[in-house]
Amino acid sequence: MIASRNLPLLATLLVFVVGYALCVAQFPTMLSPRVLGDLLTDNAVLGVLAVGMAFVVISGGIDLSVGAVMGLTTVFVAVAVTRLGLHPLVAFALALMLGAAFGALVGAVIHYLQAPAFIVTLTAMFMARGLSFLLTTQAVPIDHPLYAKLMSLSLQLPGGGGLGIVALIMLLTFLAGGILLHATRFGAEVFAIGGDRRAAALMGAPVARATVLTYALSSFMAALAGVVMSLYTRAGYPLTGVGVELDAIAAVVIGGALLSGGVGTMFGALLGVLIQGLILSYINFDGTLSSWWTKIVIGALLFAFIGLQKALLTLPSLRSQTP
Amino acid sequence: MSRAGRWLRAGLPQLAVLILALIANGLIAPNFFTLTVQDGRLFGGLVDVVNRGAPTALLGLGMALVIATRGIDLSVGAVMAIAGAVAAVAVNDGLAWPLALALALGAGLACGLWNGVLIAVLGIQPIVATLILMVAGRGVAQLITAGRIVTFDEPHLLWLGGGSVLGLPVAAVVALTALAVFLVATRRTALGLFIEAVGVNPRASRLAGIDTRGVLLCVYAASGLLAATAGVIAAADIRAADANNAGLWLELDAILAVVIGGGLLYGGRFSLSLALIGALALQTIKTGILRAGFPPEFNLIVMAAVVAGVLCLQSPAFAELVRRMRLRRSGAGS
Repeated sequence: MIASRNLPLLATLLVFVVGYALCVAQFPTMLSPRVLGDLLTDNAVLGVLAVGMAFVVISGGIDLSVGAVMGLTTVFVAVAVTRLGLHPLVAFALALMLGAAFGALVGAVIHYLQAPAFIVTLTAMFMARGLSFLLTTQAVPIDHPLYAKLMSLSLQLPGGGGLGIVALIMLLTFLAGGILLHATRFGAEVFAIGGDRRAAALMGAPVARATVLTYALSSFMAALAGVVMSLYTRAGYPLTGVGVELDAIAAVVIGGALLSGGVGTMFGALLGVLIQGLILSYINFDGTLSSWWTKIVIGALLFAFIGLQKALLTLPSLRSQTP
Repeated sequence: MSRAGRWLRAGLPQLAVLILALIANGLIAPNFFTLTVQDGRLFGGLVDVVNRGAPTALLGLGMALVIATRGIDLSVGAVMAIAGAVAAVAVNDGLAWPLALALALGAGLACGLWNGVLIAVLGIQPIVATLILMVAGRGVAQLITAGRIVTFDEPHLLWLGGGSVLGLPVAAVVALTALAVFLVATRRTALGLFIEAVGVNPRASRLAGIDTRGVLLCVYAASGLLAATAGVIAAADIRAADANNAGLWLELDAILAVVIGGGLLYGGRFSLSLALIGALALQTIKTGILRAGFPPEFNLIVMAAVVAGVLCLQSPAFAELVRRMRLRRSGAGS
């Protein structure tokens, strides 16, 4: 008997496998390693964001600022490299640290002011977006030898495709995120806070520290996504990542996490990202469908998964009520 | 204290914000307060603010009701896009304008009811339930316009965006009418009380005999209808339905309008007229930033600062701090 709490994850896996099979049935070339490699590379940014978002959602919160932090990072890196002449690696390190500090501030405001995460991160989104516009309103191209060198690195896959540095960063992030969420004390605290904040506090979990760290982690991941985006596009642009926070939330929810907190897996989030990527590549392969079908299909999937979770949550209680 | 006096006292901070923003505008652009009459309608800085702020004000009215039930409606921007698309495509297909308008408003009502069913009947959290329509809604709007920007030149619909009634812009008149209708509906009947009761404690109000589901359905349906109205006005203003950009991020403006208007995000209290003033204050601040020659991007930082300030003032932790300081002061005095 499968535990009912694993059902959403299994359903996600089923959607991905069946979806992929349907795609391959129609376009056999979609099974090639090259397409698989592209699926990972093209969705690397969303994947990195989803890792941070998974922590936030499982802790019972939400982070709407990740897209803006990501955009700010691309602009920051571009300005630091081209105008200040910093080495890209120094700029990356600075951006990641600033990202983590920004998130820690957001987490502290949420915890100590007891303000709704939704509004606080919304404010943070305005702040980060505004800051990136103050730095520049135009796209700033980055022309540094390190960029070309990094992008030429790739792990050859059998059959022609290759995993670029961008895809590798995403996979490593998911691996690290999975270990942090499922195998460390901090991960257990995140689950505990998401399950019941009061109970977690009464049982002695460091609620303040875990909340601050969760949002710091999410912003750190957003900054990392910005670095990945900057590698991928070789430019900084203040409008990068508008609305991507919703894609990240959708990925985590489709991956079986409960937006009320306490339930979710890192593997599910990865599947959620890949399902969204699959829809996009199907539309690309088909060529006649418009990209707005993506939004509708993702909305329908969101609805289906939220409905499934609701049914799983309410059915047992209904059963126990009827003698 | 009289009714008006109580209202004035409750709304003092909001009025102060609005007046300060207006004065700042007057200092930036000395001709801000001059009103001129041309072709039977008023022109001037104030009229401009009222006209531009009307869609946000309409959304703010709906959002105030939704937030009062401890909910949130993220889908209003997408609903605006859908309503604009429906109206534009319908008149271009040769439908009469009243029918096109009714279809657009009906689409908004249907969107609102969909949200309401998810929240009231299926019991899904509001932020999640409305997120679905926020994500999918723009896709639906693009489905209706077939991915194009649909222009239209039906004079009656365009009048909604650019016409005037007694010298006032139609958009402002529609917003004021909506305010009046909803004020009567919530304050002259028990509906307002029910909405606040549901926001304070849904369980207790259900046990007390309030039809919680009905109240929630009504509130989200109203929000959808108001969003559709704003969507038609916004489309008429630019003479086109732009599924990608119509109402983009306006859900955030609407939430900000309610927050500035003093609506508690924790539910249970609302003031429609203050939400309207919040929307106007927001628009005045935006206009001022533009007139002062700052890039429009500066808006974001100022808005963030305003919300951060209001959040601090509203937070329970801040109230606790004030209480302690008062206690300490009285303790030192005794």
